Amino acid sequence: MTNLSQDKASLLEVDGLSVEYRLKGVSLRAIDRVSFALQAGEAVGLVGESGSGKTTTAMAIAGLLSPNARVSGGQVRYRGNLLPIDNDAAMRPHRWTETSVVFQGAMNALNPVHRIIKQIAEPCILKLGMSRAEATARARELLELVGIPTDRGTAYPHELSGGMRQRVMIAMALACRPSIIIGDEPTTALDVITQAQILKLLGKLRSQLNLALILITHDLSVVAESCDRVMIMYAGRIVEDGTVAEIFAKPKHPYTRLLIESIPNPASGIRIIRPIPGDPPNLMNRPSGCAFHPRCPSATGVCTTEVPSLEKFGWGRVACHLHRSSQEGRVAVHA
Amino acid sequence: MAGNAQEGRTSRIGNVLIRAAITLSMVATLNFVLFRVIPGDPAALLLGGARMSVSAERIEAQRQNWGLDRPLFPDQILDYLSATLHGDLGYSFKFRGRLVSDLIWERLPATIALVGLAQLIAMLCGVMLGLYAGWRRGGAVDRIAMGASLALYSTPSFWLAMVLVVIFSTALGWFPGYGIYSPGASIGSTDKILDYLRHLALPVAAVALGLIGQYVVVARAAMSDVVTEDYMVTARAKGLTNGQMLMRHAFRNAMLPLVTLITLNLGYVVAGAITVEAVFAWPGIGGLTVEALNARDYPVLQGIFLLLGVSIVAANLLADLAYGILDPRIRQ
Repeated sequence: MTNLSQDKASLLEVDGLSVEYRLKGVSLRAIDRVSFALQAGEAVGLVGESGSGKTTTAMAIAGLLSPNARVSGGQVRYRGNLLPIDNDAAMRPHRWTETSVVFQGAMNALNPVHRIIKQIAEPCILKLGMSRAEATARARELLELVGIPTDRGTAYPHELSGGMRQRVMIAMALACRPSIIIGDEPTTALDVITQAQILKLLGKLRSQLNLALILITHDLSVVAESCDRVMIMYAGRIVEDGTVAEIFAKPKHPYTRLLIESIPNPASGIRIIRPIPGDPPNLMNRPSGCAFHPRCPSATGVCTTEVPSLEKFGWGRVACHLHRSSQEGRVAVHA
Repeated sequence: MAGNAQEGRTSRIGNVLIRAAITLSMVATLNFVLFRVIPGDPAALLLGGARMSVSAERIEAQRQNWGLDRPLFPDQILDYLSATLHGDLGYSFKFRGRLVSDLIWERLPATIALVGLAQLIAMLCGVMLGLYAGWRRGGAVDRIAMGASLALYSTPSFWLAMVLVVIFSTALGWFPGYGIYSPGASIGSTDKILDYLRHLALPVAAVALGLIGQYVVVARAAMSDVVTEDYMVTARAKGLTNGQMLMRHAFRNAMLPLVTLITLNLGYVVAGAITVEAVFAWPGIGGLTVEALNARDYPVLQGIFLLLGVSIVAANLLADLAYGILDPRIRQ
């Protein structure tokens, strides 16, 4: 993998993106110089604890930041064109036609007072200028695509199960044929069986429609099932980026390693879940140097003073003093 | 599925109707009991008033004549319920020999014009203002509307009425300060309507200003709840404009809690506005209530209470049905 942010063929390029929230007069940096590129049809998992900045990153890309958020640096390019992500009105034409979001449909992401077919058809009418009849026909098509009998289109959200609502949410996201879908914890509120079905459906649609997928989750096993690549975020920064196979087999960053070790794996015979010691970082009072150093078992002196930059390492990228390209000799010691 | 939904809807409406009927019968019974436990004997009151110059025999004879010597339960209450069902509300004490139903019927149009119009104005202005304030929470409109609403909400409407009279009638002379028609005004029908409207202006303003606050407050709260809902984020992500988000997704959801308030308030239209009617000498139900209270005119009061009870129950019924139409989650 070459340095992706320089790759002209990328569908989406995020370069040095920083977002700050204003909270009671205090400015809080939620994401800090996040850079990555997304290829057409690629599925990337964005993994991290609550508050690690994964949702902020995704919402910034979609131009859906809340009013108290401010893009304090960096830029996002879509097919080479700069996206006005901090301008609500200017982002409007881009929304849903290029990037759509699958929210937690099992919760309250669907409007309770409208029939689902109307909600799916709505963007076709408003964004694509279809007639009501065309849009309804398109909505039927989409329902079929996500495996909902078309006669259920007249149902209201509360008449459907959580899994069905998530399917409706996916159908709605596909309405305007976007090229990027952001899944914001799309399976979090679902039971394991339904979760697997939804992930399978997303995977099927992705290859069928050549969609790029950014999957936000705190669940690494979800990523393992449905993504090509995974980016691990910690305290607003990407700490590791690599292919799923590589990261699961040989995690570089100690945080990634601990994260993977904390997944219970029945096949390996290890029955004890090993939690990561310590608490998630306080963004109001970010630790000096590497934000992970207070919890890191391998931290050295330099980790407390110097912020590690995200550097190319092997086939991916990692932000860790233990994995400086020039210090590869030390890797063996800690790997 | 459709058949089930249809069935569910019918049975829900059936339930609502049965509940309304039960409530009404309780209202009627309570109405009967209330006026029987009030001290004061109607026969003595009617024949002698406070002077008691009528002989005890005459009073006793009259009590027998009216059936007041019979037991309250079951004889009198059954008589009362049966007469009420037949639309017979009895005779007024004060306006001797006049039917209570006639008295109420005469006063009703003035009250409906006054309170109905005031409700309509307060509702339209209050709901729109409140929804907008909630939509743009923290904005200039929000802050001004909330401040003004709370001030109006906590102001007694009779005081407001007097202030309006002092400013617009006494000082500026724009509107008449009392009554319903100018004495000796021309008979022409257009002039008469204009004269009526001029008399209506200040009382309507006083009642509407008193009512508008609660609509603003409730509408704002409803809208600010809706704005933070997940489906509004979905609407924004879909690339809808602010106007589309407001009209297609926020409005109907925000109206749900308001429908109850609006329909319930419609029930109070017939009750009149006692204090404002008193200030403006407006010949409505509120005025009639005051007159009947002063004269201990129990049949009239009983009639007014019954009317109020019936209209509140009817408004509740309407609220239930309207809510069912607006919110699909209630329909089953």
